[in-house]
Amino acid sequence: MYGTSMNFPGGIVGELERVSRELEALFGQPGSAQGIRASATGAFPPINIGTTPSSTEVFVFAPGVDPAKVDVVLDKGVLTISGERVDDVPVETEKLSVFRRQRFHGKFRRAITVPEDVDAEQVKATYRDGVLTISLKRTAAAQPKRISIV
Amino acid sequence: MSDKQLATVAGSDTPAIQPRIDVFEDATGITLLADVPGANPESLELKVEGNNLTLEATVATTLPNDLESIYAEVRVPRYRHTFELSRELDAEHIDAVLKDGVLKLRIPKLAHAQPKRIAIQLG
Repeated sequence: MYGTSMNFPGGIVGELERVSRELEALFGQPGSAQGIRASATGAFPPINIGTTPSSTEVFVFAPGVDPAKVDVVLDKGVLTISGERVDDVPVETEKLSVFRRQRFHGKFRRAITVPEDVDAEQVKATYRDGVLTISLKRTAAAQPKRISIV
Repeated sequence: MSDKQLATVAGSDTPAIQPRIDVFEDATGITLLADVPGANPESLELKVEGNNLTLEATVATTLPNDLESIYAEVRVPRYRHTFELSRELDAEHIDAVLKDGVLKLRIPKLAHAQPKRIAIQLG
């Protein structure tokens, strides 16, 4: 991939990169049906979800946000993550030119459904290096148990 | 249950995501902000080769060993981007700060390239 001249004044190069990113997101999507609350491609913050036998793990890629200002709410099986990313790019003036603005700035909200067997008392959220990790443990009754044969 | 780091595979042909960036320029240099959530200073590499600046970072978030992915919008745990630096930039004095997954690079302009007001002397 060729390097990009930093002095190129945004415009078509930025647009082509945005299109290629969206194509990558589109063709990379899993083939299965998306949840009804699934966002359009390119939503901020991107989310990955995984499961272990004892929990559901949600990874929210939200760099540069203040965790104290992010709300994580679990209500009736829907996990909602909302907050705001403050705009840290200065305003363009005659002394300052802004060449590229691809990062998301402003309020965001993502909502996902979680399995019914989540133990609402045992939800842990940690924020590290821009990734908000939400660990939703399943209730003890819902965890798989090995049954030994006597 | 022990945790493991995401595998870090070397090689510039390894798939990587182009991080979203903001770039702005003032009289003394260029500032670049890149979203690289999951990267920490140990997993970030900055290289200057000739006129090219390359940033490469891996997502260092620890994952449970028995984690099975069921939905992924971030499909590759690696970021990479290469920039061509124009000659008035001082690539030897790049300042880099990585905090909460945001990389801020400050690339100053060479002293002789900074705008100078030229005094007009009356002859």
